[in-house]
Amino acid sequence: MKIGLYPGCSLEGSSREYAESLRAIAPHLGLELEEIEGWNCCGASSAHQLDHTLSLALPARILAQAEKQKFPELLVPCAACYNRLASTKKDLANDASTRDKVTDLINMPYTGVTSVQNILEVLNLVLTPDVQKKIPAAFPHKVVCYYGCLLVRPASVVHAEKMEDPMQMDDLMKRIGATPLDWGMKTECCGASLSITRTDIVGKLCGNILEDATMRGAEAIIVACPMCHSNLDMRRKEIERVTGKKFSIPIVYITQAIGMALGLDAKSLGLHRHFVEVSVHGKNKVQQNVSSPSMAAVS
Amino acid sequence: MSVSIDFGGDSLAGWIQHKSGISVQRCYQCGKCSAGCPASSDMDFAPSVLLRLLQLQNAESDQKVLSSYSIWLCLTCHTCSARCPMEVDLPKVMDVLRAESLRHKLVNKRAKDIVAFHKSFIDTIRNFGRLWEVGLVADYKLRTRHFWQDVVVAPVMLKKGKLSLIPLFHKKFVSRIFSGLRNREERA
Repeated sequence: MKIGLYPGCSLEGSSREYAESLRAIAPHLGLELEEIEGWNCCGASSAHQLDHTLSLALPARILAQAEKQKFPELLVPCAACYNRLASTKKDLANDASTRDKVTDLINMPYTGVTSVQNILEVLNLVLTPDVQKKIPAAFPHKVVCYYGCLLVRPASVVHAEKMEDPMQMDDLMKRIGATPLDWGMKTECCGASLSITRTDIVGKLCGNILEDATMRGAEAIIVACPMCHSNLDMRRKEIERVTGKKFSIPIVYITQAIGMALGLDAKSLGLHRHFVEVSVHGKNKVQQNVSSPSMAAVS
Repeated sequence: MSVSIDFGGDSLAGWIQHKSGISVQRCYQCGKCSAGCPASSDMDFAPSVLLRLLQLQNAESDQKVLSSYSIWLCLTCHTCSARCPMEVDLPKVMDVLRAESLRHKLVNKRAKDIVAFHKSFIDTIRNFGRLWEVGLVADYKLRTRHFWQDVVVAPVMLKKGKLSLIPLFHKKFVSRIFSGLRNREERA
């Protein structure tokens, strides 16, 4: 399956292990990623706070660029970028005058033909029974799946089936042999962009998440959002200061968990970049450092 | 100390309806938004209280809303709107309120760091086309003079290869958008 890729800024910076692990697992899942050319920042959590038109124009330019490259589908692995792109697409579809204003600003044609896909939707398609057969019970760990906000809300934008209790990530974890546990913080907010300005609030919210996951006996928290990852992984000192507790549970991107199940080595998955040591491992150690042609052919 | 603020001859509630199509009068004060809001315990007015103030449609309560700390603490997590029985899109209301708070220079003093962060973020996009994290933090520190913040985290990030010291320039991809917005402001 060939698909356009909008990596977004975090995947080139503080969350580059998310990009590394995605690119590492892609050939094993028969996924061919074509990066969008000349892409810009989507505006993330700041543009819409200060300037409504800017918050539409930045994602619109990305969508127009995807159209120019004739991508029927665009994979947006960052949950925040995905949310901005999907929500802009909806706003432009519903309001012709806004669409005219925005296309005039970006000076590019825009029709809205490209479908915006998040990581869970794409992995659901490519983690097929054929791939599963090759990696039976390869990630035998108890995990909790943390969706956060941007993959499930607002429902009108992201088409989440069960907003308060989503299951797509849990289902993917089962396919690689993990045991996803039931827990209470699946869709609670991590504090997002207050990370720098109100680190104490982030410490409190992330503390609640780590505490519940630990109490349930999870060995790792699985995530699909760079913002959730950096708050839960890099803010441990602040979390400990606010809660008065120490937590050792690692935060693992869904692409890293799948990579470990595929037997890929830690470095290619960027596991060494985490602040909190990743103490869970895949069972298929033998396949280290290989991208076998037989697996790459699976589609 | 109420000052009259002009919303095109309307109340702030009317202005919100005009800008976003959302009627705050739909809210019947069940309080579900305030109960689920992850930031409400740190806010000066809980989300449902903000909506009530808007419903009153008088200059004094409008000013309270625009100078509140709450509008800047909102995380846009959408928990409120997901659970609202009347489907009030509160995150969209917040976007309008923040814009009006800036426009009328009523930003809460405690929120100046948060506003500075967003301004630095947009500056970084304007200058580099993409978010360059080192540039963002430097811009933010200059604005706020919080030079010692996160001095512990940054070296570890650098060691782990999570920071790029040298930016890549993609400014040309966004320069048209920013110049277009500026021209529009000048015409307005």
